[in-house]
Order: sequence, then structure tokens, then C-alpha cells
Amino acid sequence: MSTETPVIMGRSGPTEIDSPRSDHDRRGGGRVWWRAGLRRALPVSAAVGGIAAVWYAVSYLVLPAGQRFLLPPPHEAYGAALGNAQLMGPMLQALGRSAVVALVGLAIAVVVGIGYAVVMSQSGWAERILYPYAVILQTIPILALVPLIGIWLGYAFTARMVVCVIIALFPMISNTLFGLQSASAAAHDLFTLNKASRLQRLVKLQFPAAVPSIFTGLRNASGLSVIGVIVADFYFQQGAPGIGGLLRTYTLRLQMEALLTAVTLTALFGVVVFSIFAALDKAVVGRWYGGHTR
Amino acid sequence: MTTTLPGTLALAGVTKRFETGTVAVRDVSLSLRPGDFVTVVGPSGCGKSTLLRLASGLEQVTEGRISVEAASTSYVFQDATLLEWRSALRNVELVGELRKVPRQERRRRAQEALDLVGLSGFEAQHPRRLSGGMRMRVSLARALVADPQLALFDEPFGALDEITRLQMQTELQKLFELKRFAGLFITHSVSEAVYLSTRVLVMSGRPGRIVAEIPVPFAYPRPPELRYAPEFAALTGRVSAALGEHS
Repeated sequence: MSTETPVIMGRSGPTEIDSPRSDHDRRGGGRVWWRAGLRRALPVSAAVGGIAAVWYAVSYLVLPAGQRFLLPPPHEAYGAALGNAQLMGPMLQALGRSAVVALVGLAIAVVVGIGYAVVMSQSGWAERILYPYAVILQTIPILALVPLIGIWLGYAFTARMVVCVIIALFPMISNTLFGLQSASAAAHDLFTLNKASRLQRLVKLQFPAAVPSIFTGLRNASGLSVIGVIVADFYFQQGAPGIGGLLRTYTLRLQMEALLTAVTLTALFGVVVFSIFAALDKAVVGRWYGGHTR
Repeated sequence: MTTTLPGTLALAGVTKRFETGTVAVRDVSLSLRPGDFVTVVGPSGCGKSTLLRLASGLEQVTEGRISVEAASTSYVFQDATLLEWRSALRNVELVGELRKVPRQERRRRAQEALDLVGLSGFEAQHPRRLSGGMRMRVSLARALVADPQLALFDEPFGALDEITRLQMQTELQKLFELKRFAGLFITHSVSEAVYLSTRVLVMSGRPGRIVAEIPVPFAYPRPPELRYAPEFAALTGRVSAALGEHS
């Protein structure tokens, strides 16, 4: 009972009402910050607990003992894998390699995507000519392109990275373009009346107006680049394997403990990347508008 | 090539027809000198705003001529049109930035303009933290920072609440007395039109024509109580009557 008290207070306490001031509170008192952290952690813990419960139920209640190897319960799966240094070492190395591919791919997608959108924003013609390519890139299923990419670029780092770029590019382009076009007609009139050059308009009006949308794009692209690298690893097996490559190996060998651990690591990796960019989005965009969070 | 017409802003026989065929304004002539504050009232959709966009050069005339004799023209929009990511001071500074005024100079002038509209102490605030009235004050400061000879106002107080609106009118006529620019102010409030101006122009419904010109004799600065004076009521009555006849 006593362990639950702070949780209940955290959820129903006065901090909820005072939320517009939470910025100051966070800097001022550690206690409120701690409570806010707890309030945020609670739903996540509940979700993890829910997954574990379903997992146990399937292992013990659904599967007959003879087929339990198909889904060993969490403590057995993780216990067997995490204690095994020979398994975990390569797995973490593979995850590291995939992370590098995903981040390089994401970085390229960000630069190319923003550049592409800026060019499109400069004239109606440029947009009409360039936008269809972006849409085509988005609508072709990535699995249809994978064989071609493999044949053309080989089956190693470059090919994996290109898959990441292709999959992460569209949200960068579309969100940036939306942002660049979001300034009001009156704001454009203001720039016209002050005889602003095209560059001034881009740098002082369109681009700053696009910052929130660019960060939304970045958040989406970061999640997609993780998916991209897993898909690419899965199909491009040349050279040192990424985590997606190991997923395939474990599947073929029916190493369920290793497979479940690798899937979990991959999911965690995706969550971490997404959370970092979501936090970055919130922090930067909040500051951009003078300290108010959205 | 075009001969200049007399005055800071002069329109001679101006007609605007849009590509859709709509005639927004028809055969409008007017002339503003320094010290003139002209308000234009008319039913909504009568082309008042178009008139302002023509005067500012944002739209081109279909027929007639416009001439502007002003080193600097400013324009105040219907809403404050502030850049949300800039502080109040940096919003006012924008004009200097676009015109390549050196940093120190433009910052000093922006500060002066903010002081003038009563926003000392709010320089660092972003627009989201300011009330509607304060945002409009920033917008006025931005319009005045370049010391315009011609100031154009497109229903700037229309979205404000009544109390703030009256306050802004009082402030604006003080600023006008101080700066003595030539002002052209669009509104659909008769009392606002009379209170602010040296002359009220009444426009008809679309296509907009000027159907009455009513001089306002009161001296500046004008106290807020002027609005309750019988002479004031007589003038608003004349403007309303002219509006009623032609809408």
C-alpha cells in the first residue's frame, strides 16, 4: 500500500493543473521533476507489464509443454541469452553496426530531404516537376527495390544505407515542404513590401516557419531509418552482419532465445532512437517559440 | 514617364478588375498629404482592402494611376502578423534587417519604437506570451520603426475586444500627432473612422466607389471623451447616413 502512495499522488497531484509553469518547476525543484518522471514512466511500465503477462500466458497456458520451445517464457529466453557472452557480444556489435548505418542514412535523408524541399518551395514549377519523384519513391514498396539495390550496389554497407535513405527521405521532404509553405500570406506581403530578396524570404521567413515541421519530419524519419536498416540487414548479408542479419540467422537455426532477445533489442533500439528525436523535437520547438512547449 | 500627381499618395480614376472579372473598386480618386489621416468605411466586401493593396503596390491597377511620394511606406495588417519565433524586439528589427540597416542602429530604433507604443520591458517576450492588444502594439511599432511618410492600415483593430480597441485608437491618434505621416486607414467601424481621421471616405458596395467625403474638424490630440460629444455624434450620423444610402 505504502509503495503505491507516491504513484497516486503523482497522478492526481496539483502539478497537473499547474502544467504551464512546469518549465520553471523543473529547474527549481527536484521533487516535482521526479514526480513528473514517475507519471511518464507509469504507462510505459504498464505496457511492458502487459506484454510480459500475455507472453507468460501464451508460454504456459496456450502452448503444450512439448511445444514450449516455440515461445519460451521471458525469464528463460532472456536468461539463456543475456548470460551467454558468446551470443551477446556479436549481437551487440551487430546492433552497433546497424545503428551506424541507420544514423548515416538518416543524416543523408535529412540533408537531401531538406534540400529537395527548399528547391521545390522556390517555384510552383519546381514543385510540380519534383514532387512526383518523391511520391514515386514513397509508393514503391521498399521490398520491390531491394533486389535492384543489391544488384547495383552490392550487398554491404552502401546498399544498406541506401535503403535507409530511401525509406526515411519522404517524411523529411513532405514535412519540410509543408513547413516552408506554412508562412501566412500576410507575412509574405510584409516581406514583399520591404523588398525582401528571395534569399531573405527563405532564410528569415520560410525556413524559420518550417522548423517545427522539420522536427516532426525528423522524428518520423528516425523511426523509419531503423526499420530501413533492419530490412536491409535482413536481405544484404555480405560483410559483417547487422542486427537484422542475425535475426535471419537465428530464425534459420530456430534459436528462439537468441531470436527473442534480438527482437527485443531491436525494438528497444527503435524506441530509444524515436524517443531521442521526440525529445529533441519538443525541446527545440519549445525554445523556438520562446520557451512555451507545444 | 508617368507624371507625378500631387500629394504623398494620389489615386486618379483607379479601377481594379480581377482576372475572375470581379470589379473590386471603380473610378476611385483621392489624395493624401502629410498630416492627412484618411479613413475609409464601407460595407464588407466593397473593395476597401483592395484599395489599400493597390496603394501599397501589392496589387496593380487595371485602369487609372497611382503615385506615391514617400521614401518609406508602412503597412499594418488585419492581424498582427508577427513572426512567432522572434521576440518583440526582433520582430520590430526585422524591417531594418530586410533593408540592411546596421545592427546597432536598427536595434536602437526598434527599442525606441517599442518604447513609443508602451512596450518597454516586453522586448524579450515572444508573441505567444503577449495579449492580442500587445501583439498589435508590436505590429504598430514595426510599422513606425522606419519613420514612414505614408502609413497604410488594413482594419488593424478589427479583431480586438472593444476595450482594447478604444485604447488602441487613442494611442494611434497620439502617434499620428507625434509623427504626422499621411495615413490611410480601412475600417468598418463608423466611430473608429470619425475618431481617428481628418477625413472620412465612404465607399459603396461592390464595385467600390467613393460616395461621400466628410471632413472631421477636431484637433489632435483627441481625448477619449470626444466620442460622447454631440458634434462627434452628428458626424457619425452623417457617415452612417451616407453608408445607408449606398450599400
